[in-house]
Amino acid sequence: MESTTTKPEEAATEKPVVSRRLDRVFLELYNVAVFVGRFFKEVLVPPYEGREIIRQFFEVGYKSLGLISLTGFITGIVFTNQSRPSLAEFGATSWLPSLIAIAIVRALAPLVTALIASGKVGSNIGAELGSMKVTEQIDAMEVSATNPYKFLVVSRVLATTFMIPTLTMYTIFVAMVGAFINVNANEATSFPAFIEQFFGAITYLDVFSSVIKSFVFGFTIGMVGCYKGYHSSKGTEGVGKAANSSVVTSMFLVFIEELLALQIVAALRAV
Amino acid sequence: MKRTEEHIDYNNVVISIRDLRKSFGDLHVLRGVDLDVYQGENLVVLGRSGTGKSVLIKIIVGLLKPDAGTVNVLGHNVDSLSVKELDQLRLKIGFSFQSSALYDSMTIRENLEFPLVRNVRNLGRQEINRAVEEALEDVGLSQTINQMPSELSGGQRKRIGIARTLILKPDIMLYDEPTAGLDPITSNDINNLINEVQERHRATSIIITHDLTCAKETGDRLAMLLDGRFERQGTFDEVFATNDERVQQFYHYNFIE
Repeated sequence: MESTTTKPEEAATEKPVVSRRLDRVFLELYNVAVFVGRFFKEVLVPPYEGREIIRQFFEVGYKSLGLISLTGFITGIVFTNQSRPSLAEFGATSWLPSLIAIAIVRALAPLVTALIASGKVGSNIGAELGSMKVTEQIDAMEVSATNPYKFLVVSRVLATTFMIPTLTMYTIFVAMVGAFINVNANEATSFPAFIEQFFGAITYLDVFSSVIKSFVFGFTIGMVGCYKGYHSSKGTEGVGKAANSSVVTSMFLVFIEELLALQIVAALRAV
Repeated sequence: MKRTEEHIDYNNVVISIRDLRKSFGDLHVLRGVDLDVYQGENLVVLGRSGTGKSVLIKIIVGLLKPDAGTVNVLGHNVDSLSVKELDQLRLKIGFSFQSSALYDSMTIRENLEFPLVRNVRNLGRQEINRAVEEALEDVGLSQTINQMPSELSGGQRKRIGIARTLILKPDIMLYDEPTAGLDPITSNDINNLINEVQERHRATSIIITHDLTCAKETGDRLAMLLDGRFERQGTFDEVFATNDERVQQFYHYNFIE
């Protein structure tokens, strides 16, 4: 007698394409949730990977200083230069330091720092962990009774979470220097006058929201890089994909988070 | 067979596997594997690529979970151990990876120190240095101590990988394709090293390979994985004394004398 039951593989192939894709999306979301949840579980439980955490702070922070300095400085100069003609039309170039301060502190510094870190640090983490995964280094760590998640993921995510806000503060400083040089060369504004206007325009909420936002950006960049690397498929192609995907995903998420932060801060201002 | 079997204790089963099954989707890799490994013996697991040889030792060390069956290692059921207990057991097992799996970002010294520093408490700097130097001497690569893994040849990397596992003086050694990708002379060096490890450290070893020279040189006993089961076990000559076409094909394509 012919069987009327459907084999599991037949059922799978009969499933509509959209449904199968949705399954994959939800499975991926579940895996991401488990991966992120594990961080909060592991970060508080000893043993702590002190040496590795310090090494990662150095890798993320110190080794990004050159690039951050250059991009922050150029951002300051370019933004000042591009804002001048609009203000000049109203004879308001004296407001340049205030405008620059608000733009840099509220949006440009956290965003520029996060985007540079996504490209430099995120891709580096994705490629490094991806390479460790395909060459069985993560397995080797596990069989030598070391928790690879704690050693590799927790240390890197902590480093990005704490170093990105620090780098953001540094970006504000170098962008301010760049802006001052431009303003000083064109409007002959003195340094004390520039500083007074610059800091007079920003509030504690501006600085506070910028720092908090940077913590979230840092956590996102570290977590995305680690997730992509840790789940990299076999082979060199997988490593390349992990690095690339780390950058694209973290940049995308940074912009989404920026948009959310904008709404939250606007609501706080209205209170 | 390679030499006398005096060092093997046939009354002491170190690894015992019963009805082990493992599938990846529709691919049924292990279909009821039974195996006993005795104290002090070198057991070679033979089989074609993709037959589940590496999967087997990854289950033994707890890197993969079986779908069914039991794996007993040194009296512990691997699948039922807590993370802490599994880590304790893993300290007694050395795993030499096919790709050597040396940590790229660390020097050879740091690679060897890694398991030692993390797992042995109250060790002084001098003791660590001595252990690292001894492990490197064991594999004849003392001069590489300050080099990076990327500066070493494939054979040297394999040896350092073995040295890293030996530093914790394991009771069991698992070798995943120890001679894969190596020239015949380097392969012979690795085979000799595996035998030295057995003699010097009295370790029980499972050697995963499809290289019959390696199997003949290192194995006290062979087990051949065919269609997800160990269908043939015994000495080298016993395993290949059959008309089974799959076994004969395996033999002839290995160009062994």
